Amino acid sequence: MLEARRLSLARQSRQLFSDVSFSLEPGHALLLQGRNGAGKTSMLRILAGLARPDEGQICWNGTAISQSDNYLQSLLYLGHHAAVNTELSPTENLRYLSALHDDDSASIDDILCAVGLAGYEDVPAGQLSAGQQRRIALSRLWLSNSPLWILDEPLTALDVKAVAGLERRFKQHLDDGGMLIVTTHQPAILPESVTQRLELAALDPEADS
Amino acid sequence: MSPWLETMRRETLLVMRKKSDVLNPLVFYLLVISLFPLGVGPAPETLARIAPGVIWVAILLSVMLSLERLFRDDYRDGSLEQMLLSPHAGAGLVLAKIASHWLMICVPMLVLSPLAALLMGVSLKALVAMMLSLLVATPALSMIGAVGAALTVGVGRSGVLLSLLILPLFIPVLIFATAAIDAAAMSLPYLGQLALLAAFSVAAITLAPFAVIAALKIGVQ
Repeated sequence: MLEARRLSLARQSRQLFSDVSFSLEPGHALLLQGRNGAGKTSMLRILAGLARPDEGQICWNGTAISQSDNYLQSLLYLGHHAAVNTELSPTENLRYLSALHDDDSASIDDILCAVGLAGYEDVPAGQLSAGQQRRIALSRLWLSNSPLWILDEPLTALDVKAVAGLERRFKQHLDDGGMLIVTTHQPAILPESVTQRLELAALDPEADS
Repeated sequence: MSPWLETMRRETLLVMRKKSDVLNPLVFYLLVISLFPLGVGPAPETLARIAPGVIWVAILLSVMLSLERLFRDDYRDGSLEQMLLSPHAGAGLVLAKIASHWLMICVPMLVLSPLAALLMGVSLKALVAMMLSLLVATPALSMIGAVGAALTVGVGRSGVLLSLLILPLFIPVLIFATAAIDAAAMSLPYLGQLALLAAFSVAAITLAPFAVIAALKIGVQ
């Protein structure tokens, strides 16, 4: 279970959010919503432990994430940048990423086929389209068995078919008791019954004009 | 495969794909060495006396030139975040990355150094001392340099800042290395200087990865 307690963050003298609390049970998804610049990415980075909030605490199964010894093992974070090196092929990229996160690298070829990158396994990622690069990064959702996924705009540059595949994967993950925290402007891909919504509203009154 | 070996494999692949990253410092090194005789005149006794120092300075500057790219690409494409989020994050992965840097940047220069020294007529005694000092001390250069590279990872064009940060830390290495070579040229024992250089390297290998991790964590915030 992931629990956020009274998180606050200010950037460049602007309060992005304050006193945000929520808890996420296995099998549930959290949809972060808000305008551009509302602090969605900052919130996800804080939840992943990459940044620190000004105030507040995040607990994983009752222990603060900085002290928890299995938080990083349980976490799959896909950030704003895809972590895909443009000089390396999809297979080489995934080999490295799966080694970093102790995922099973034996099934990389099958997964690349499944996400529609068959025939591109040995092409440097820099020669692929933005959507194909995004697919490389998202392949980790099939490689990994981490229970907690934190995804920052996973649908960027994806086509309709890829979005449908992702929707099925999300549903399967939640049915298996996984947890999902996601920012997206297409909330329809999350199963309604198990999705909580968290609206990050900019607190700066001038920004609302 | 273990994440450390996989990191080294990846770095090797990247170097093979992007050869300019390795060739740039190497070509710079050879250019400095070959221009020096033109600058100070071709008198053999002058050249033989200054050659070890020139080679050392050229290597120092080439290493510095190569450091800027150490974490830059990984920072830009998000790989650095993934590395820090790995359950193995910590000294090991960073050590593997810096070890690859040493293998790819420093070792080719080490291989070419005896040739450069012979071209400039360095005596055999000084040559042996120079090679030993390079072999023992270049790991310290990579390690200390990596700390500087990690500290400036979030800075756009970090070249100048990086040089200012780490050059003072390179100077002790240079001083003891040239002291060893001078002693060897005068047929004096130079094991003491070598031992000090080795101590620099051991200390850097032990401590620098932790400093690098801490600096990178601040850098990605």
